[in-house]
Amino acid sequence: MSVEMAELQKKNGIPPIQFGEEVTGAETLLRCLILEEVEYIFGYPGGAVLPIYDSLYGSYFKHILTRHEQGAIHAADGYARATGKPGVCIATSGPGATNLVTGIATAQMDSVPLVCITGNVAQSLIGTDAFQEANITGITIPITKHSYFVRDIRDLPRIVKEAFHIATTGRPGPVLIDIPKDVANAKAPFTYPDKVEIRGYRASLVPSDEEVQEFVKAVGEAKRPVILAGGGIIAAQAEKELRDFAEKTRIPVINTFMGLGGFPGTHELSLAMPGMHGNYTANQALLNADCVIGLGARFDDRITMGRTKEFAPKARIVHVDIDPAELGKNVDTAVTVAGDVKSTLAKAIPLAKACDSEAWISQLKEWKEQYPYKYKKDGDVLKPQAVIELLYNSTDGEAIVTTDVGQHQMWTAQYYKFKHPRSFISSGGLGTMGFGFPAAIGAQIAHPDRTVISVVGDGGFQMTNQELAIVSQYNIPVKVAIVNNQCLGMVRQWQELFYDNRYSQIDLTCSPDFVKLAEAYGVKGLRASTPEEAEAVWAEALAHDGPVVVDFRVAQEENVYPMVASGNTLDQMELGDD
Amino acid sequence: MQQHTISVLVNDQPGVLTRVATLFGQRGFNIDSITVGGTEEQGLSRMIITTGGDDRQINQLMKQLHKLIDVISVTNLSENPFVSRELALIKVTASPSQLAELNGIVEPFRAAIVDVGPSSLIVQVTGDTEKIDALLVLLQSYGVIELTRTGSVAMARSIVPATAAATV
Ligand SMILES: Cc1ncc(C[n+]2csc(CCOP(=O)(O)OP(=O)(O)O)c2C)c(N)n1
Repeated sequence: MSVEMAELQKKNGIPPIQFGEEVTGAETLLRCLILEEVEYIFGYPGGAVLPIYDSLYGSYFKHILTRHEQGAIHAADGYARATGKPGVCIATSGPGATNLVTGIATAQMDSVPLVCITGNVAQSLIGTDAFQEANITGITIPITKHSYFVRDIRDLPRIVKEAFHIATTGRPGPVLIDIPKDVANAKAPFTYPDKVEIRGYRASLVPSDEEVQEFVKAVGEAKRPVILAGGGIIAAQAEKELRDFAEKTRIPVINTFMGLGGFPGTHELSLAMPGMHGNYTANQALLNADCVIGLGARFDDRITMGRTKEFAPKARIVHVDIDPAELGKNVDTAVTVAGDVKSTLAKAIPLAKACDSEAWISQLKEWKEQYPYKYKKDGDVLKPQAVIELLYNSTDGEAIVTTDVGQHQMWTAQYYKFKHPRSFISSGGLGTMGFGFPAAIGAQIAHPDRTVISVVGDGGFQMTNQELAIVSQYNIPVKVAIVNNQCLGMVRQWQELFYDNRYSQIDLTCSPDFVKLAEAYGVKGLRASTPEEAEAVWAEALAHDGPVVVDFRVAQEENVYPMVASGNTLDQMELGDD
Repeated sequence: MQQHTISVLVNDQPGVLTRVATLFGQRGFNIDSITVGGTEEQGLSRMIITTGGDDRQINQLMKQLHKLIDVISVTNLSENPFVSRELALIKVTASPSQLAELNGIVEPFRAAIVDVGPSSLIVQVTGDTEKIDALLVLLQSYGVIELTRTGSVAMARSIVPATAAATV
């Protein structure tokens, strides 16, 4: 055993792991997880993973028994997004494994490091349509960074080591390890490799000096430059470098949805979010910039609107990304750097000079003042935007906020000004309803002392609200803020605007009484229907030492603005009704 | 749309072909032909894939292929001189009395008749795709009963001064 491993075990108070000792595959797996410094496992047992659960019995691990595998993987995902450490989940074969699929795809789209362990039927039964058999490696090929089917217990330690390495390096992503039951039961002397060697896999990409010089030169020439900072800033932990770079060069920063928190939303140079529901200034900045600097952002069609020729029409596009396949994928670029944003910026900062951008900055500032996010206040009616403002003001922007998917998600992105990386957790790429609440559980487990707020719609919450059981069981003090408009709000908005008010299948008036639902799980439930009630109830929720569900009854007809309708370009922006 | 021949060196693992084929489908590319076989190194296979697309599309495809963990290297052979060969077996309607006549057609192609039956025979031909297509056209008038072809195997040519390059 290496010195580091011995140290690690001592530090974590784990009984020493004997190398060379004959142990089962299940035991091998758990020892490997210990050596990978895994602390929490989110999972759900079943026949094919019984050997693993048996080994877990009385072990060091903190296992969270969610009520659905989807809850387990989204919680592992929330844990990973809140910490940067890989999330780990376990599911049994067949239905257990397939229940992970949405969560795997969610993590893949947002580049979240996950290690998903599934059991499978014994190899003698593979391919026979055996009870609870599913070819989960096959099913998940398009939605994992990589996957393994373990054929031999002797491969297991190498595979686990590789899985963690692949999940967390380069562009992070989910890795699946499928372990048939006979491998979990087999025995072999325990080993664990010190190093990973995967031929052809380039984990880190430090750009060359020439590339960085070219980058700095292109940026330095700009008079109307803007940085488009994506989730890559957060994944690479490059927030400090980004700030130093922006301040030194005097370049304003647009945070993409995935990049919120990667640059403080309260900063003088912050232009907040662009795109479909982005703000006027960010979109005008893109339309008028002479140089757009994409840093760990992938020029998603929620920003370019898929109209890539009309996107940033006056700009040269400079693009830095750790994934070379992103360079030139969606937009034509003038300069590209295939590299980690952190090391690129670290190399660029000493070379960079301030741009001649003050006129541009003051123009943007004018727009910012003229066109802030805004909504109409309406007496006693509780507006959803006001709920988010309340959450922001009451926590001074210091909470970790997860969202589900829909209007409330966009309002959260607009009205909560995220200051810190890993404080905004939301399914961006896949837009997965049901994600927000379990993700909040994972985030709260990772940060037991921070305020974690889960903003959910009344629709999406009902996709995974069974996980109230675990916030109750483990006393996980998540504050759930239901933005309850009694309908599938975002769908309602599209039906109003593009389908002539033909409201098809959006009515959620027959939802449970969320206060009683919370109480049924032993969780505190509160309700507010007016701005005053909202303030009072929310203060009570924050003061409560434990989980709370707050049912905010908000105006039903409210729409998310600004909005660029799909098919339109960024200059065709609806600012809203007032 | 241009035709490209891409050489992909991969780990010889179960499922690798599925991963590569899935990637093509997922990213909206079409595989025109694919051949897989062993290489000079144990544990590695080489896939030769022919596909169509403009430079930007092919560039993107190669980068996406490179992201697969089991892919070790990706080369677009079409960017430089390369040798490409296909094998085809063609079953043609013919009686033994037509053998001489067919031999006359087949010979200039350095193809061979490898099986003769009472009413049909099998022609084996190797060469680049155009050559096989050309022979097929000639054989079509006899009636082609069955055709099977491998898709290209290909390799970059050795770099030698242009004038001295052998054209085999
Ligand atoms: C799993 C899943 N199914 C369907 C959708 C499509 N969808 C996007 S937003 C939305 C409505 C969400 O309604 P609700 O949860 O009440 O939130 P609101 O928009 O009202 O804030 C739907 C159905 C989705 N994103 N995810």
